[in-house]
Amino acid sequence: MNTSSVRLTEGAKAPSVSGSDTMPILEMRHVSKSFGGVKALRDVDFSILHGEIHGLVGENGAGKSTMMKIIAGVHAGFEGEMLVSGQPVHFRSARDALAAGIGMVHQELSVIPDLSVAENVFLGHQPVTSTGVIDWRRMNDMAREQIASLGLNIDPTTRMGSLPVGLQQLVELSRVLFSGAKLIILDEPTSALSPPEIERLFTVLRRLRDDGRSIVFISHFLDDVLAIADRVTVFRNGEKVITEHAAKLTKDSVISHMIGRGSANMHMGESADLAADDSKPIVLSVQQASDGVMLHDVSLTLRKGEISGVYGFMGCGLIELARTLFGKNALKSGTLMIDGQSIRFASTSAARQAGIAYVPENRKMMLFRTEPVFKNVSIAILDRIHSILLKTGREREISETHIKDLQIRPPRTDIALGNLSGGNQQKVALAKWLTHLPQVLILSEPTRGMDVGAKEDVIRIVKALRDRGVAIVVLSTEPETILTLADRVTVMKKGMVVKEFTTGHIDKSDLLAAA
Amino acid sequence: MTLADSTKSPKSGLKQFLSDQMRNIAPIFTLIILVLFFAVQSPVFFSVDNLLNILSNASITGIIAVGLTFVILTGEIDLSVAALANAIGITMAFFTIQPDYVNIATIPLPGVICIILTIASAVALGAVTAFGVTKIGIPSFIMTLAMMQIANGVSALLVRGQIAYIFPDFITLLGAGKIFGLRWSIIVCSLLLLFAHLVLTYTRFGRYVFMVGGNREAAEYSGVNVKMIIGAVMVISAACSGLAGMLGVAYFGSAQQNGFDDFLLTAISAVVVGGTSLFGGRGGIGNTIIGLLVLGVLNNGLDLIQIDSFLKILIRGLILLAALVINVYAQKLKEGTAEG
Ligand SMILES: Nc1ncnc2c1ncn2[C@@H]1O[C@H](COP(=O)(O)OP(=O)(O)OP(=O)(O)O)[C@@H](O)[C@H]1O
Ligand SMILES: [Mg+2]
Repeated sequence: MNTSSVRLTEGAKAPSVSGSDTMPILEMRHVSKSFGGVKALRDVDFSILHGEIHGLVGENGAGKSTMMKIIAGVHAGFEGEMLVSGQPVHFRSARDALAAGIGMVHQELSVIPDLSVAENVFLGHQPVTSTGVIDWRRMNDMAREQIASLGLNIDPTTRMGSLPVGLQQLVELSRVLFSGAKLIILDEPTSALSPPEIERLFTVLRRLRDDGRSIVFISHFLDDVLAIADRVTVFRNGEKVITEHAAKLTKDSVISHMIGRGSANMHMGESADLAADDSKPIVLSVQQASDGVMLHDVSLTLRKGEISGVYGFMGCGLIELARTLFGKNALKSGTLMIDGQSIRFASTSAARQAGIAYVPENRKMMLFRTEPVFKNVSIAILDRIHSILLKTGREREISETHIKDLQIRPPRTDIALGNLSGGNQQKVALAKWLTHLPQVLILSEPTRGMDVGAKEDVIRIVKALRDRGVAIVVLSTEPETILTLADRVTVMKKGMVVKEFTTGHIDKSDLLAAA
Repeated sequence: MTLADSTKSPKSGLKQFLSDQMRNIAPIFTLIILVLFFAVQSPVFFSVDNLLNILSNASITGIIAVGLTFVILTGEIDLSVAALANAIGITMAFFTIQPDYVNIATIPLPGVICIILTIASAVALGAVTAFGVTKIGIPSFIMTLAMMQIANGVSALLVRGQIAYIFPDFITLLGAGKIFGLRWSIIVCSLLLLFAHLVLTYTRFGRYVFMVGGNREAAEYSGVNVKMIIGAVMVISAACSGLAGMLGVAYFGSAQQNGFDDFLLTAISAVVVGGTSLFGGRGGIGNTIIGLLVLGVLNNGLDLIQIDSFLKILIRGLILLAALVINVYAQKLKEGTAEG
């Protein structure tokens, strides 16, 4: 969705591309899978041809990741058959699948922050010298080369954890892309990437396809899917709705297959008419803020009942700005004022008590995967609902309301959070701040990883919060998100504010040009 | 919930349940096996006297293990517990009149003041650890190692190789006295376990302890004061160790250098063998109780069946290793089934 302006539209490949190879590289027959009482997949047939890019789309919780995890050997137990190059196989682990030439990049980042970039790229199969020692020089050189082909210039000896999420995602991608796998599965690989990076990734994917590899590409960015994929499969509610050549599909037809009805009311913004209102009272402002690392002289004003959008490419300082506002990173110089009072947060809990709420871009940072949903929702408001003793019943009630409001599925409060699909987890992260309205809400990439319907839900909720007087800042690398939500827009580049839009008509190209 | 819903695919439901509960089932299973084994091997094992004996031997360790459970639940560790217990026991002796033949330069104080002052020193030492870990940012593993050495130093300076025998009457009663044939130390330990369980399960603080251990970053991004929680558990641990030290010296009847040497390993073992996750966030007092019983039964039983005393040391080590393997394995299982 966010790349239509920078994409080469070479879209449809005729089916003849795989000419001689009529046999699919992978065939799934009558696959069903359930978790406890939840049916994640019902009798699904699914196949991938040699040398094709296969797009897979569907709403949050439709079963996309589940199907891919079965293929990649993560879920060993399922009903149905799996054939690789016509041979029935049964993988007992991801290692088995890898040995059979199937590699997967998971939706959740799975890098090891304390290892170097090169070590992450070669995790488990480091090149060794003739004496069996790890060949660091060769490993670093190869890593540098691979990352460079994705257009990055990263020192392979950098610690992984010190890179921004988007770069980590690219490094993880390169691990699988260059592993030599015949079938490469990418589960929402572009969620943290900027348009130029996506474009480079697509170039690499096309090259791999032309080498005869097969690629499964899962994304909620339907424009991207239609542009890169040869064929597209749509899942709905654990069932396969259709597999079709991308050339024969349009965004609207895909959406209606996804949600099972027309898509008349889908409107993610390609442009916006801004209406900043300087008469609204200022709730929070930062002046000339620097953190000594990334941010330089950033000034930003948040007003009551207004949504400020902050747009920029990945690595431009959005994340650092959000962390600074929430008291996670310290301010080196500059002032932070709330209601006219200058303030410095010693901890995130001080920021929360001052009425600031934060939803970070990365779910893992925000959620307790092994804890039930209701504990995830209540953690930020425990001190409001309990003084000393816990009232679990109250916590469940509150969670239930949010589950209904946000249409979180499955609608259960005591299922472990890790068992929800990616998009539903994201909704829980938002839910935890909705019970007691904060004064200021900081949303980092609020729609990342969400399907069209869920995005609409989030947009509706955020706007409702604004109308109830919350001062909101949305930081995003997706121009649509900014354009759909923001009343005023600040554009950042290299840690500095480079442009502000307050009134008038702007569209995507204005944002891209400014950043 | 998991079980009730799994009627359609009993296998996967049961598997999920077992992997969720692995850390609770394994220790209980171990306990049952040990009890059966020793009951068959030794006729006296199941006598009331012997069972009470097991409990009273476990009681001092139990008090230390309570504090340690809090610490380990947050994903931290406290290696200073035993040294601290000893230093505090000695401090108490230092504030009490000793017989003439004990050559220690004591500062005798009235019993009540002595007790208050001693507890305050335990809390103060805990506060130093808390400061080092949260404000300075020293990993708890290293910080408490330093505190262990400091506490040993305090002990050495105060007793100078001597042995003290006299403690405030009230403490002597709690540490060595009995009521209706039951040792007070068992009662104190049980009450403390119960209280800690209630705190961990039913209070806001308890929830924070689990959540900080479950995912520290997420707790921080939810606006939980993570440093305060970690500081608090370090202080709680020191206070528990201090209490154990006071009752412990009374229990042994003497305070001296190295009096608590065995207790570090036993207390950590009890918590870990019981199934509380070394990574934090899982487990609790229930687990610690089972862990205490497993170790108590093991030590007692090995004595009863008259096994080579050198072999005993090795067996304890092997049991701890097995517990560690299960602990880490249970964590992996749990994370595996909650894969998003
Ligand atoms: N390990 C698990 N345990 C229990 N339920 C699970 C588990 N994994 C997935 N589910 C459930 O299976 C369904 C399908 O989830 P899946 O992750 O495949 O969705 P998805 O299509 O990838 O969605 P998203 O776009 O949000 O990532 C959801 O209802 C989810 O809650
Ligand atoms: Mg998914």
